[in-house]
Amino acid sequence: MYSKNGEDFYIVDAHIALWDARPENQRNIHGKQFIDCFYDYHRNLSPESEQWGYEEYLYQGGERLMKDVFTDGYADHAIFQPAYLKEFYNTGFGQSEEAFALAQAHPDKLTYNHNFDPRNGEQGLEQLHADAEKYGLKGVKLYTAEWHGDSRGWKLDDPWAVRYFEACRELGIRNIHVHKGPTIRPLDRDAFDVADIDHIASDFTDLNFIVEHVGLPRLEDFCWIATQEPNVYGGLAVAMPFIHTRPKYFAQIMGELLYWIGEDRILFSSDYAIWTPKWLVESFVDFQIPEELGEYAPITLEQKKKILGLNAAKLYDLEVPARLRLPDADETATGPRQPERADLAAV
Amino acid sequence: MAPATLTTRVRLDPPPGAGLDEERVRRAMDVVIDPELDEPITDLGFVRSVEVGTGGPTDVTVHLRLPTSFCSPNFAYLMASDAKDAVSALPGVGRVVVELDDHHDSVIINAGLATDAGYRGTFRHEAEQDLDELRETFRRKAHTAAMERALTGLLRSRSDLEEARVGDVVLGDLPDDEVTRSLLRRRSEIGLDTDPASPVLVDAHGTPYAEGEVPMALRRARSTRISIDGNAHFCRGLLATRYPGSEADQSERPDPDRTFVPLTEITTRPTTSTKELSA
Repeated sequence: MYSKNGEDFYIVDAHIALWDARPENQRNIHGKQFIDCFYDYHRNLSPESEQWGYEEYLYQGGERLMKDVFTDGYADHAIFQPAYLKEFYNTGFGQSEEAFALAQAHPDKLTYNHNFDPRNGEQGLEQLHADAEKYGLKGVKLYTAEWHGDSRGWKLDDPWAVRYFEACRELGIRNIHVHKGPTIRPLDRDAFDVADIDHIASDFTDLNFIVEHVGLPRLEDFCWIATQEPNVYGGLAVAMPFIHTRPKYFAQIMGELLYWIGEDRILFSSDYAIWTPKWLVESFVDFQIPEELGEYAPITLEQKKKILGLNAAKLYDLEVPARLRLPDADETATGPRQPERADLAAV
Repeated sequence: MAPATLTTRVRLDPPPGAGLDEERVRRAMDVVIDPELDEPITDLGFVRSVEVGTGGPTDVTVHLRLPTSFCSPNFAYLMASDAKDAVSALPGVGRVVVELDDHHDSVIINAGLATDAGYRGTFRHEAEQDLDELRETFRRKAHTAAMERALTGLLRSRSDLEEARVGDVVLGDLPDDEVTRSLLRRRSEIGLDTDPASPVLVDAHGTPYAEGEVPMALRRARSTRISIDGNAHFCRGLLATRYPGSEADQSERPDPDRTFVPLTEITTRPTTSTKELSA
């Protein structure tokens, strides 16, 4: 819970990780390149006072995570979204067993989501059934640029992926968190393209698709799809820290999101341990869209409360104190719209 | 074969026969555009080093760098191969080596460049046809963003213009400035005319929008512009973090809001300060 000026905010950090990128877990140069890329994100977008040393960035462990996210970070609840990256790290990047054990020790505070890879075929489907039971899954985190043998990516509307989503439906896994990455065969086209989310969200209207980092670097395509698909949500991972380094750009992102998809489908996340929630929550509560960006309405207190926790709480059936709950807003001016109006998408 | 980008952003060439030096090689690469960010790689600081040999024909070695190891490999290849084409086209040039440093696909891409294997030869089973569609997608996005910059600039400078009427604005209504020139270049790149009587707000085929669709088309173009500008800022920052000192090689990105009279000044213009505003 975060409180300021007599207002209470129920906080859900919808995207955290417990990773191990230490040299002994790096399988090859790509393991180092991957964590170095994250570390550059961290150094580039964090305030100086919140920057960590490289060594501590490689691995945090459960105790430090609990302190950063809950004791210092104000979160009431947080959701693990582990990336596997088995081609880069010996035991994977996200540490499943360690994170799951932590979630079992703090069931009121932590939810463990797992991942799957449709290129594992039948065997992977069986594994998904076993994982759903073992972890009690409500959601999964999918990274479409995962390397797998000589394949370096997959699409959500691949035939095998469709079978996995059918299994999700059957197993009660309702929340599909999608992280679009760059390497997908063929390399001829834009791998960040979010069009596959459009197709699959239309076919699986009973599943929720949370597009992490709100489709960045393809914010515009994400916004357009989200106007058409009421079961598409935007996760603010990676977008949040711009609030410090590029507040005007952050304001434009928020302005666009509120305009296109509305206040009920945006989810706060720190992307811990890339960043820590404390300063992000504090900054967001203080944040306002600058007056010079007159094309956007100011962001309201209620909108902030929904984004910081109430929206994610709804997706994960979290118990929010009755006094903090808020009703849904009306549909946005832009949609959801009918597919025949999608011809504007050719702009 | 000349890269398709050679038709754009050509800067002044030195006289033929002038000696080949680092500056000239760098200027030759001004035509190489990062399609996602819609800017020359020379302005983005992506050219890490240029080494020019002596004697003639002169050998040239260029090293490129990107903001992360995981930048999309198709764009990385595209920029590196365009750079090789641009440098190879210089008169008096001998052997040209272009290498991309510190990328997850450096080995693959550099081997492909060294043997002039082309896109399909470089990426083999991961390539199907070519990267023309990818280029076209991002030329269209660049046009959409340029169109929004021009129209938003106009909206902000002309209080009599309503957003719902921007569909009536023609190219001849735009001021003679860099924003307009940039729009005209991007129109040419995707095969649209630059007739002063042509409407500004059009789709990628040059078709204007029906009256009721105009505000939505403008909003959608705005989200494209914000996305591109945001990526450009992020990538520049990451490059500077990854390669300390590289910010010195980055020229300032034209601020989309530089021409920007805040809307509040238009909509809430206080009568007492009109003189100050115009001063």
